[in-house]
Amino acid sequence: MAADVAGILEIDQDLHTEAMLLNMGPSHPATHGTVRFVLTLDGESILKCDTEIGYLHRGFEKMCESSTWTQVFPFTDRLNYVSPLINNFGYAMTVEKLLGLKVPIRTEYIRTILSEMSRMSDYLTCLAAGALELGGFTAFLYAVEGREFLWDLIEEVTGQRMMTNYGRIGGLKDDLTDGFAEKWKALAPHLRYLVDAVHKLLTRNRIFIDRMEGTGIISQAEAISYGFTGPCLRSTGVEYDVRKAFPYHAYDKVDFDLVVGSAGDNYDRYLVRMEEIIQSMRIIDQCLDQMEPGPINCDDPRVLLPPKSSVYNSIEGMINHFKLIFEGIQVPAGEVYGYVEGGNGELGYYIVSNGSGRPWKIKVRPPCFYLMGGMAKMVEGAMLADIIPTFDTINLIGGEIDR
Amino acid sequence: MLADTVIILVKILVILLGIALTAGALLTFVERKQSAWIQNRVGPNRANIFGHIRGDKFKDSIKLGGLLHLAADGLKMLLKEDIIPKGANRVLHTAAPAIVLFPVLVGFAIIPWADHWCAGGLTLLVNHRDVCLSESHNLFSIADLDVGFLFVFAIASLSVYGGAIAGWSSNNKFSFFGGLRASSQMVSYEVPMGLSVLGIVMIFGTLNLNEIVRAQGDLLFGVLPAWGIFVQPLGFIIFLTAMIAENKRAPFDCPEGESEIVSGYMTEYSGLKFGILQLSEFIAVIFIASIVSVLFLGGWQVPYLYGDGFHMPHSAFFPLFALLFFVVGGYLIAVGVRREQMLQKIAGGLLVVLGLVYAVMSTTQANGVQHLPYEGVVLLRLGTMFAKVIFMVWLQLMIRWTVPRFRYDQIMQLGWKIMLPAALVNLLITAIILIPLFS
Repeated sequence: MAADVAGILEIDQDLHTEAMLLNMGPSHPATHGTVRFVLTLDGESILKCDTEIGYLHRGFEKMCESSTWTQVFPFTDRLNYVSPLINNFGYAMTVEKLLGLKVPIRTEYIRTILSEMSRMSDYLTCLAAGALELGGFTAFLYAVEGREFLWDLIEEVTGQRMMTNYGRIGGLKDDLTDGFAEKWKALAPHLRYLVDAVHKLLTRNRIFIDRMEGTGIISQAEAISYGFTGPCLRSTGVEYDVRKAFPYHAYDKVDFDLVVGSAGDNYDRYLVRMEEIIQSMRIIDQCLDQMEPGPINCDDPRVLLPPKSSVYNSIEGMINHFKLIFEGIQVPAGEVYGYVEGGNGELGYYIVSNGSGRPWKIKVRPPCFYLMGGMAKMVEGAMLADIIPTFDTINLIGGEIDR
Repeated sequence: MLADTVIILVKILVILLGIALTAGALLTFVERKQSAWIQNRVGPNRANIFGHIRGDKFKDSIKLGGLLHLAADGLKMLLKEDIIPKGANRVLHTAAPAIVLFPVLVGFAIIPWADHWCAGGLTLLVNHRDVCLSESHNLFSIADLDVGFLFVFAIASLSVYGGAIAGWSSNNKFSFFGGLRASSQMVSYEVPMGLSVLGIVMIFGTLNLNEIVRAQGDLLFGVLPAWGIFVQPLGFIIFLTAMIAENKRAPFDCPEGESEIVSGYMTEYSGLKFGILQLSEFIAVIFIASIVSVLFLGGWQVPYLYGDGFHMPHSAFFPLFALLFFVVGGYLIAVGVRREQMLQKIAGGLLVVLGLVYAVMSTTQANGVQHLPYEGVVLLRLGTMFAKVIFMVWLQLMIRWTVPRFRYDQIMQLGWKIMLPAALVNLLITAIILIPLFS
């Protein structure tokens, strides 16, 4: 009898197991953008997830302080390098706010068009990478094909595919190229076809739904408290989009839908992005219809470089050019916060000027920094494999988060 | 005695080197090309030999449509440094690829590529099964085992060890996860795999693979060939799924799911060892294709083709078949508009030729019977078997490149909660139908 009891007791005791520490990253195939997860695992379940960032730190903010206001543009390209134009325009807009400049209406439209194209390429990259990491290599290539065509068009306008350096304070580097509207009209149906192809491959695919639905959930309240913005916040049902809430560029002149989800899981984030691509196409169509020819730079000698003929032929022009290049645009002392809807959410620039030609301080609010803060919350208690879709829909961009 | 040994050795050489290894290596190229076509890409086409510089231009002479990537890959694998990580178990780490490769190759021993060769004359019974009047030789499979099917199971179970050992011996946590996943997945899927095939065994009453294929030549209701897929449709789906899961390819490639656990148990392998791990996966694709063809697609059976020629249930079947091949072949040629779809056009062309053959036969036949020489029948059967294997390989690659990957626990759920009950229900229904037939 006693032996039986002892036997039962022995069976009742669990095997002694220890949690396993797994170091994922910073150079792990899934942690693109160089981030490191230190995972405490119980079998395949995640007990604890420590997120470490900072592997791509380049000193963006410090570099800006030793450059003129115009020289900052190439640095902003390298923040979210998948949608650099949004960063360009966001920075330009913030400095213009401090200067009290108003850019021509055509520039607003061009900025809107190119921002939306960048947004589409950003979303397509995010969705494509997500599909790839889940093993859907075919969907990846269809989505990336769309990005390729978008970048072709962006390259035609800006001269570069990624590091565009296209925004300027008070205007733009160049006007749109001839036939841009026609090229967009030719591209749009193909883009639509590619998005539909991705829909066909993934959206109702049982395996894909199983991987995405109910994983990486974050509630509305938690998302707000973590400071989520962008598609990740909208997927929880919060109707917040900088383009709608605080219209900038030409967003108040076009009609587009705010896409919101409800569950706040990976599948909703995927669907929100897919639908916003369609909305972006609508915005571009409307902008091209409403746009009229006109100047693209504001006619203000404080910020605009004089034409070359006057630089070479008049002393005033030459001095103006010299001052603008060597001392930089003189931005009045003060501080300002400007924000746009970036690929991942609210991209903010907090700028302090001491009245000189160089920024005193530029602080960037990268949207994915706050998303990354919520990452641990979203994956703890889930399976090891759930990190993959969650990390993908969060769409961490190393250049932006580490600066 | 000596002659028998020599014949067996020749068969081993031809089937292992000719079919398993060559086709396995070829499949690495085929997979890259097919995935490229699925994804609207060109695929590998750069590797060339005898390339040279003429003037300021690089001229490449021989490319063979990218087929040389095969050689380049092999050469790369051979020449790469072989790394054994610090702290790894050297013996097991080295042995694991061989342990993975071995069962895959051995499985080919029992695949019947065609019916036994009959040296003398044949007589056809009423049910169209043929009886060899003289000695019959087992020429088209290495071993004609009466336990045939059990042998497949035994071998499939062995292949669990390779992955598990590779994962454990690498001294890497990611490899370890891969090994764990591989072993649990393969052990789980053996259960529905075995149960799904029991239906076939019950219906045909034998474990011998060649006998199973022979039995699939019978006709259901006098019209439909009794192929496994027609008598056991559910069994076919479960078996194919379980076999793909056994082989750990997408969508069941969790053990090597390159996103979360890098490459699973292959992470710490390099050089030829990695090559062997990859190759054995490709060979397993062919093995799966052949075993599925044998069990469910009638193996070497051509519909209505028997020992002495075609015996159609009705003479109208010849023009019907001709029409079918014309339509399908014509469709394949018509939709293959791009240059990359050349293969599709070639397949369509072959089908049209086949349709022509049937059209010719429909004029020479008598009452649905068209006699053919025995050698021709054997060749047709061999060709059919290969065509079925190629079709199943194509299907597996299509699946591989279309769907994303399962999560580990979802694979387990699918195996234990859906496929196992489905296989049991399938077995039960089969038994209920079979009882009145036998009693």
